[in-house]
Amino acid sequence: MTVIQEFEKHPLAKYLRAERFPHIWCEGCGDGIILHCFVKALDDLAVDIDKFVVVSGIGCIGRAAGYVKCDSFHTTHGRPIALATGIKLANPKLTVAVLSGDGDLFAIGGNHFIHAARRNVDLTVICSNNFNYGMTGGQSGPTTPLDSYTTTTPYGNIEHPFNLVHLAAAAGSVYVARWTVLHVRRLAESIKKALRKKGFKFIEVISPCPEIYGRRNKLGKAIDIMKLYRQISEIRHGYDPAKAEITREKIVVGEFIDIEKPTYGELLQKQFIKIQQKLSEG
Amino acid sequence: MSASRLLTPVVKRKKLADVEWNVIEDFCKGCSFCIEFCPVDALEESDRLNAKGVHPPKLKSEDACIGCGLCETLCPDFAIYLEKKEGKGDKE
Ligand SMILES: Cc1ncc(C[n+]2csc(CCOP(=O)(O)OP(=O)(O)O)c2C)c(N)n1
Ligand code: SF4
Ligand code: SF4
Ligand code: SF4
Ligand SMILES: [Mg+2]
Repeated sequence: MTVIQEFEKHPLAKYLRAERFPHIWCEGCGDGIILHCFVKALDDLAVDIDKFVVVSGIGCIGRAAGYVKCDSFHTTHGRPIALATGIKLANPKLTVAVLSGDGDLFAIGGNHFIHAARRNVDLTVICSNNFNYGMTGGQSGPTTPLDSYTTTTPYGNIEHPFNLVHLAAAAGSVYVARWTVLHVRRLAESIKKALRKKGFKFIEVISPCPEIYGRRNKLGKAIDIMKLYRQISEIRHGYDPAKAEITREKIVVGEFIDIEKPTYGELLQKQFIKIQQKLSEG
Repeated sequence: MSASRLLTPVVKRKKLADVEWNVIEDFCKGCSFCIEFCPVDALEESDRLNAKGVHPPKLKSEDACIGCGLCETLCPDFAIYLEKKEGKGDKE
């Protein structure tokens, strides 16, 4: 039996392009766990894979689009939300999820993020936040913590980072949660909840990049980073996302926002009918 | 308020599901998450070296696993999977 034939016995292999495995992510990289929780959520929900689309941008986590066995797009850096918006509006029957990185979604793609959240486009956006640009060698980005070391901040970062859950909530997201990759069950449940809900849903996943960010900041091996998550994570459901901090001593995780409001697609449809009526009345 | 205790050790070693624990040895990159976070400490490094030059995990004893499924989901490399022991049940 080849390794791929053996992999096909894995209960989640049916959602993955087995021939592309093993994946390219480094030892202990959190991206593998995010992908795992994601396909576990698809399996638990018995998602109709023919009506499901995954979009990602460029970055280590961006490879996820190439591993899922459904229609998927590995689009240009920073643009997955723009592309996903187009897919959803052109074919509202599809469920569209974006899996991308902190750099992709919040540096080059920051404007797409806030405006899709503001419009309440019906998308589930999952961000692998590893606090740096992993793929290009570990530059600092919009979530790099103050004083952290990266290739572009060799003397320590002097920029204040975004608090992604606060940003998402302020921009209008109807569902906002944060987990670490250690919280596998809660993360998978959160993804299920987001996929079942309408509107712009955002899940931040704190994810180790042991090879680059971890090494530069002397965080130890991947297992040490996971133990740190266990030690310093605090679950606070319903907590004010503005106060949901990430420091060296504490990572506040949980479900922070869960509200309802009309989606962009629904309002667009209504508007369309209204205009047609006006025109037919002359 | 309380710190997250999602991985609190299970005191009772009660079987949650009757499963066969499998590892795709050549997928393992050796992060040791499975060994570290198994709630009943059922796993250890094997002596075998895989294609990547790491020691994949193995069960400490045949009945050590209680079938909770945590290692399967926590493995970043999809190297572990559980199979339900259906049909074989009566004989065992
Ligand atoms: C237009 C454009 N600008 C810059 C790049 C180079 N680039 C590739 S990935 C990346 C950042 C990746 O960081 P992130 O999105 O956090 O993903 P990670 O690799 O950390 O998972 C950058 C700047 C690019 N590919 N295209
Ligand atoms: S560079 Fe970092 S983020 Fe990229 S695969 Fe390696 S550990 Fe993961
Ligand atoms: S399924 Fe994995 S984590 Fe759970 S008891 Fe068995 S070996 Fe341990
Ligand atoms: S979690 Fe997976 S990759 Fe890590 S040591 Fe265990 S089997 Fe190997
Ligand atoms: Mg990143």
